[in-house]
Amino acid sequence: MNEGLIRPCTVVVGHYGSGKTNFAVNLALSVKRRHPEAPARIADLDTVNPYFRTADAAELLRAGGVEPLLPEFANSNVDIPMVPSALRAAIRAPGFTAVDVGGDDGAVALGMFRSELTAAGAAVLFVVNRFRPLIATPEGARDCMEEIAEASGLKPTALVNNSNLGAETGAEDVLSSLEYARECSALCGLPLLCHCYMPAVLPDLPRVFREAGLDEGELFPMEQATRQLF
Amino acid sequence: MSEKVLMKGNEAIAEAAISAGCLYFFGYPITPQTEVAEYMARRLPKVGGLCLQAESEVAAINMLMGASSAGTRAMTSSSSPGISLKSEGISYIAGCDLPCLIVNVQRGGPGLGGIQPSQQDYYQATRGVGHGDLRLIVLAPSSVQEMASLTAEAFDLADTYRMPAMLLADGALGQMMEPVDFSVFPKRELPEKTWATNGTKGKRKKNIVNSLFIEPDKLEQSILARYERYAKVEAEEVRFEEVMTEDADIVLVAFGITARIAKSAIAEARKAGVKAGLLRPITLWPFPKKRLNELADTAKAFLSVEMSMGQMVDDVRLAVNGKRPVSFFGRTGGMIPSVEEVTAEIMKIGESL
Repeated sequence: MNEGLIRPCTVVVGHYGSGKTNFAVNLALSVKRRHPEAPARIADLDTVNPYFRTADAAELLRAGGVEPLLPEFANSNVDIPMVPSALRAAIRAPGFTAVDVGGDDGAVALGMFRSELTAAGAAVLFVVNRFRPLIATPEGARDCMEEIAEASGLKPTALVNNSNLGAETGAEDVLSSLEYARECSALCGLPLLCHCYMPAVLPDLPRVFREAGLDEGELFPMEQATRQLF
Repeated sequence: MSEKVLMKGNEAIAEAAISAGCLYFFGYPITPQTEVAEYMARRLPKVGGLCLQAESEVAAINMLMGASSAGTRAMTSSSSPGISLKSEGISYIAGCDLPCLIVNVQRGGPGLGGIQPSQQDYYQATRGVGHGDLRLIVLAPSSVQEMASLTAEAFDLADTYRMPAMLLADGALGQMMEPVDFSVFPKRELPEKTWATNGTKGKRKKNIVNSLFIEPDKLEQSILARYERYAKVEAEEVRFEEVMTEDADIVLVAFGITARIAKSAIAEARKAGVKAGLLRPITLWPFPKKRLNELADTAKAFLSVEMSMGQMVDDVRLAVNGKRPVSFFGRTGGMIPSVEEVTAEIMKIGESL
């Protein structure tokens, strides 16, 4: 993982269903593990999807020392699309802040914080998954990135390769996504942050990487943070 | 596409419909099915189709009737309250003998209810959607792969029997993501749509699509002709899956997302020494009543598991026809039953045998 691309305030955007929430939760937990002395928090700015959201991972986050900043009425009977009130202050707060944004043009909610995020030098990570049909090509990924930039007024600063087929992901699926990730990186003009994988699904992937002469340091291990309905 | 892709159930419905040649979508947003319309809005214009967000569900279903009258493959989708609004139009479509696909990604009801998954629209889908003597072919997917394959199948069934088909999914299947392979769908030989109002070009008599018959004998004739087709559907199109039913003392009956929970529960029960099996109806109408009746000769008890207060259980009782006791377990209002509570229910029945 190219840690230089992470900033004290790091925003996660991407195509609907590309795994943004899962990545953002795991990123916040990993930063906290590496810097246990500094406060870490994650803000849920997803005003689009009421089924899978940061609030579902609240327990996991708190157990890992990360404070979840959730919409005040998340998962309650008065749940409405809203932005957590603590987010504006969190952008400049000491320590680390991850911001989990809604998919595609759901990034429009990010626009209201554009000047603060720009002033804070926030990183904007663009998550891609080559197994998602609408971003399965580098061109599709670029179109999606441009739509997000248009909606939010913020240009992504780095690329996250989260290519996976859920529990059916094989090592060859991740390996076959590396070329896609490089092409996305070139076409979008974004440096690559990491390739994500789930050790619970692919425990041997670092060894496979080593044996293929690849840099296992580019891998980012994640646990399942979003809700499994069944 | 020859390799698997990762999709939400709602997206899989939309992509499968486009692959099946559906170029016309009429809808209105409602959670948890809105991704069907969103996906159609992105994709259909690129393949020469049309996605139209209507001013209401009532408008959308009537647009669907028009598109289907013209002989095109067309569909609408909604979630429970929206299907209630569409039900008048669905009755007209059935009365006009029009093939089309109606998708219901169910949420909790009644009323505005909630946005979490439910199976509370079983009665509506299999008995009560719209007025008059009518049936829909009702298909119940249990995975994202089936959201795709049964969408394609529903269009073919609708065209074959010239009647509307419904895909009865739920919010969990609509929202969850699983790998899908689009390269595996079989194709059927389909009848030509000689009845379509697509222009005579001066070469034939004009076609009329209509559900109004003022003379009762004519209306009765049209219904009897329709019921002959329904009888053929019941004879030839029943689909179901069986899991470990051969030696089962207790047969669970569950469809959709609930069948996945039931599968895990029967495995747990078997570990504890209770022989349980599962019959998963894939077609809810026609219902696999013949097979259930046969199973009642070997099994000792039946358990219907649903995300409702008990609706399909009526069909299970009719099928078993008093041969064996039929009980029910369900959660409702958007709650998903856990494997543990279903297993406990099986164990309770096991003790009573």
